[in-house]
Order: sequence, then C-alpha cells, then structure tokens
Amino acid sequence: MTAPDLQNVTGTNGAAQRFAQGFIRSVVPVLLALVVSGLVMLAIGASPLDFFAGVWKYGITGSNWQRSLSLMAPLLIVAVGLIVAFRGQLWNLGYNGQYLLGAVVASGLGPILFQVMPAFLATLVIFIVAVLAGAVWSLIPAILKARYGTNEIITSLVMSFIAVGVVNLLIKGVFKDLGTSTPQTAVIPDNDLLPYIPGTEIHIGFVIAIVLAVVAQFVFSRTSFGLRIDIFGASPKAARHVGLNSTWMVILLFALSSGLIAFAGAIDILGQFSYQRADWDPRYGDAVMPLVFLARFRPVAAIPFVAFYAVLATGGTLAAQQAGLNVDFLLVIVGLILLFMTITEYIGDRRRLGQSYLPAGLKRTVLQPFRRASERNSA
Amino acid sequence: MSDMLSATFITVFIATVIAQAMPLMLAAVGETIGEQAGILNLGIEGVMLVGAYTAFVVTLTSGSFWIGMLGGIIGGVVANLAMLVLNVWLGLNQIVIGLAVTLIGEGITGVLYLQNYTKSPASLGTQPKLPIPGLVDIPVIGPALFQQSGIFWICILLTLGLAFALARTNWGLSTRSAGQKPSSLDAAGGSVMRTRSIAVVLSGGLAGLGGAYLALLTTATFSPFLTNGLGFIAIVITMLSRGRILVVMITSLVYGLAVAIGPALQVIGFTVPADIIKMLPFLIVIVMLIVFARSSVVPPALGTPYTRGAR
Repeated sequence: MTAPDLQNVTGTNGAAQRFAQGFIRSVVPVLLALVVSGLVMLAIGASPLDFFAGVWKYGITGSNWQRSLSLMAPLLIVAVGLIVAFRGQLWNLGYNGQYLLGAVVASGLGPILFQVMPAFLATLVIFIVAVLAGAVWSLIPAILKARYGTNEIITSLVMSFIAVGVVNLLIKGVFKDLGTSTPQTAVIPDNDLLPYIPGTEIHIGFVIAIVLAVVAQFVFSRTSFGLRIDIFGASPKAARHVGLNSTWMVILLFALSSGLIAFAGAIDILGQFSYQRADWDPRYGDAVMPLVFLARFRPVAAIPFVAFYAVLATGGTLAAQQAGLNVDFLLVIVGLILLFMTITEYIGDRRRLGQSYLPAGLKRTVLQPFRRASERNSA
Repeated sequence: MSDMLSATFITVFIATVIAQAMPLMLAAVGETIGEQAGILNLGIEGVMLVGAYTAFVVTLTSGSFWIGMLGGIIGGVVANLAMLVLNVWLGLNQIVIGLAVTLIGEGITGVLYLQNYTKSPASLGTQPKLPIPGLVDIPVIGPALFQQSGIFWICILLTLGLAFALARTNWGLSTRSAGQKPSSLDAAGGSVMRTRSIAVVLSGGLAGLGGAYLALLTTATFSPFLTNGLGFIAIVITMLSRGRILVVMITSLVYGLAVAIGPALQVIGFTVPADIIKMLPFLIVIVMLIVFARSSVVPPALGTPYTRGAR
C-alpha cells in the first residue's frame, strides 16, 4: 500500500469496486480524447474513420503488433523514469534531452565498443554510460532545486534544449559516420543489437522494460525507500521531520529519473534503430507523460496505457498520412487526453467516484477549493 | 575585421537583435502579468504558436499586417481560454493544463500548416517601414532603431504602458496581490477570480501578439514548431525579472543579442555550427539561472487556485 492508497481505502467497498472506479476514470479521458480528436479531424477535412482504421491496420494486424510491442520498450522505461520523479513531486520535464543523450551514447559508442569487446560486455558498458550521462545531466536542475528552490520544470526544460544541441553536435562531429553524406552515426551491425525474443521480432528490451516496471512497482509499494519517496512527495517538510535529507532526495530522484530515461534511449538504439540521425527527436516523453498521470504514478498500471499509445503511435504514423494528416496530430490527441484527464478528475471528485490520479499532496492543492467547508476543516 | 566595423553591418546587427528580442519580450510581459496574478502558464509555447499561425493566415487572406496582428492576439486569447476555464475557474492543475495547451498548440498548428501550405509555401513579404523623421538620420543607430514598422512602436508603447500599469495603478496592485496574497485582495473587496481572469486573458493576448510578431515581422513566414522553445525562455525570463517589466525588456535584449551574434560571427568569417547558434540562448539562460539562482523569485501564491476561506 502506498501512502495515497491508504488514504482512499476508507469508505470504499472492496478492491473490485475500487478497481472498477479507477478503471472508469482512466479510460473515460482516453475515449473522450479519441472522440474529440475525431471531431477535430472532421473539422479540418480529414477522415477519422480512415485514421482509426489505419491505426488498427498498421498498429495491430499482421505482424504489426510486434512493432508496437517493440515501441513499448522505450516508452515504458521513460514512463518508469517519469514516475520516479513525479512521485517525489519533482517535475522532470527535461525528458526529451535526457532520452537523446542516452541514445547518442549508444549510437556513438556502439560502433566503436562492439569492435573491441564482446557484444554482451559492450552492451553493458553502453547502458552504464548512458544511465550515468542522463544522471549527470540532471544535476544542474536538481542542485538548483535543492539549494535555491529554483523551479525544476524550467531548469530541466532548458537543459533539455541544450542536450538536443549537444547531441546534434556529437552526431555531426566526433560520432559522424564518414561513409555517408547525411549527418548520422555509423550503423551498428545487426548481430550486435539486442537479441529478439525467440519466435518473434520483438527485442528483449521489451522484457527489460516490463521487468523494470514490476520491480519499480515493488519498490514503490513494498519497500521503505518507496514510502520515503511518497512522504517526500507529500511534504518535503514532513520528510525533514522524519529524518529524510531533502537535498539528497531531490538529487537522487532526479538522477534516477533522468538516468532511466537515458537508458530508454540507449535501449531504443540498440534494440530498434541501430544508428541515429542528427535532428532526430521522437519526443516519447511528451506522449508518455499523460499516461503516467492516468496510471496514477503506478508503473504496472502504466503498462496497458503505454501499450495503447504504442499501437496508436505505430499505426498512427502511417494512418495519419493515409487520412491526409500530419504525424503532429498525435500531439493533439495526447494534449486532449491531458485535458480530459483533469476534467474527469474534477467531475469524478465532485461525485466521489473513487480514488484520484493525483498523489495526496498535489490533490489537496488542486482540489481544495471544491471541498465543502466542513470537509475542509476535517482534512 | 573591416567588415566588423562597417556601419551597415552594425545597423543590420542591431536590427536583428531587436527583431529577435521583440516576440520574446511580448510573451514574457504576458507571462509576467499572469505570474504576478498567480498563474504559471506553461502553455505559453502553444499559445504563441497558435498566435503565430492565426496571424500568418489572417495576414495572407486579408493582406494587412495590422489585421494579422489582431488575429494573432485573438488566437492567443482563444488558445489561453483552456487555462482560464479549467484553472482559474475550476481550479485544476496548472502544470497539466499548461502542457496540454502546449502540445495541442504545437500539434494543431503543425497539422494545419502542412495541410494548407506545404504545396505552395507562402511568404509574407515585408511590412512598410515607418521612419521617424530626424532620428532616422543618425548614423548607424538611426536606420536600425528608427526605421521600424508601426507595429513595433505600438508594441513598445503597449509594453511601457503595462509596465506603468502593473507598478503604479490600482489594477496593477490587485493583480500583484492576487499572486502575493489572494486572501488580502479578497478581504479588501477585490475579486480574485476577476483579477486572475483578466490577467489570463491579457497574458494570452500578449503571448499571441508575441507569436504574431515572430511570424509576421521577425521571420516573415510560418513553419511548424516555429517558436522552438521561445515560450519556455519567456517563462525563465519572467522568473529572473521578478515581475518588473523593464527588466523583462532588458533581458529580452540580451536574448536577442545571443541569437543575433551567431549569424554576425558568420558574416565576419567565423563559421559557427548552426546547433551552437540554436543552443546559445539556452546556455545563456541556464548560466543566468545558476548565477542568479537566489533571486529567481516567484509570487508565493503562484500555482495555487484560490478559494475563499481555505487555509
């Protein structure tokens, strides 16, 4: 039981009902967002039917479901990374840069390392360096936050823009493949990439991601460290009273979050892409962020949402073209999910449907105005 | 080195600095008013893009830059309505709504532009200049500063007017108290809801105007993701300026300098990779954040919805 759980147990009739309520609250925003995005498509003269049929066709049918599952690997790891920070109420929004840093470590060092050492060892080294690169990159926002309380949203975002520039410089500079004219890294040979799950074309990054999500879930809900994160997230002041060092907590959570997101980048390169082009930025974090809110910051609960988005993104790229749209339209759908999520949350809490997406501390701030005076005083 | 000192070079350089600084300044002024009233608008990036796109489309169809700018303002206000209704009125999470507005703004402008204008990329041409008689004849600085379009002067006057209003009028006092201590504003008979609503509408309009300026005057065209993080820089500048609009103006000029210096170096013979030029403003911003970390103060009630009687 995490801290937010405990709060909501009272007054509900059993786990099944809680699950049903949580399910409704998580699925309704997604459905509403899909309906409204369909209306938007109609408004700008594209066919929503073509689009959604295309998503089904290119995202699931045939062997396309395997591509969707492969895409889940980086998405899910990014989700776990975001959850680590968000649980501690640290808004790490520098995910795009952190992801690219991890990716460039893999695509830049990969071609060199795979030549000088066994593939297994090289993979391990790449993963470690990628995680460290991500963690180090988060130090500036973390230290500024811990020492001076500087808003981490802004600092992490600015650092992300710098990381994008650094990555591009690396790809066009030291990591450039001299054999091609386009600025890109050398291609890592197929047999050095992460192996497939036997019988499929899904690389084992998918398994790593699922394991990571389950382990993270366990750490959050069953260990003292998880409880500490929740206490810290609910109130840094209270955390200080129970003896948590908030400076280290900020730095540690930021490093973990950023390191995991960089790890996702490395896995994506070693599992899927095998090389990296300059100016390539898949912006997975933008899409994953609403999903972790919907999953109420629970890694295992994030799995179905990430799976849903993986299908949408895999099928959506081709489907968008077919429906006469641009891929950017996926951003609109994601934004709409965010909007409807807050609205559903609002209506749901007014009707006391069940538990909230938001951790207790944030929920208090956000929803306080709408409690009746009597509840407010008792809270 | 002789190029460096030539009068035309410096003139062009100053004009570039101003052209780059203006959109940021307008957006940051809008963000300042919002933040002073207690609303951290992370959607400003999306609002700017919507403003830029509407301004672009309106200018193309109407043929008038002035109507285009107006379209940009209206686009910005409309895009910011989500913030007004969901955050100020219903009290929902500002961070989530702000990011939603940014994502939707980026997505929808990108989709619409590529749908309507890829086949025939449209350029807007240039806006007639309005030289100030007398001053324009000053060597070097004259043509750079005093040969701007009328829109430039309106924007400057607007900014100065808002700087005065925020610091010296009753409206400014109400706005600032809505961010500092909303309960005092309430106790003094003001309405926190109304004050914040006005601030959000103004902030949306100014961000839209900033986007419009960027599209119509700075780049003279629109492209998807045109702002490229400018909205987030506006938020940083707002935080560093601590609510003083004159400081916002100066910091925006520093940003303009950072953007203009890359191409200028290229003219005098240094080749600087485009990535460094793109990165430079962000590097300067992060250095400023580190150096002035202690003084990046935000209003105490920033981010918290207000309700009467709540503790």
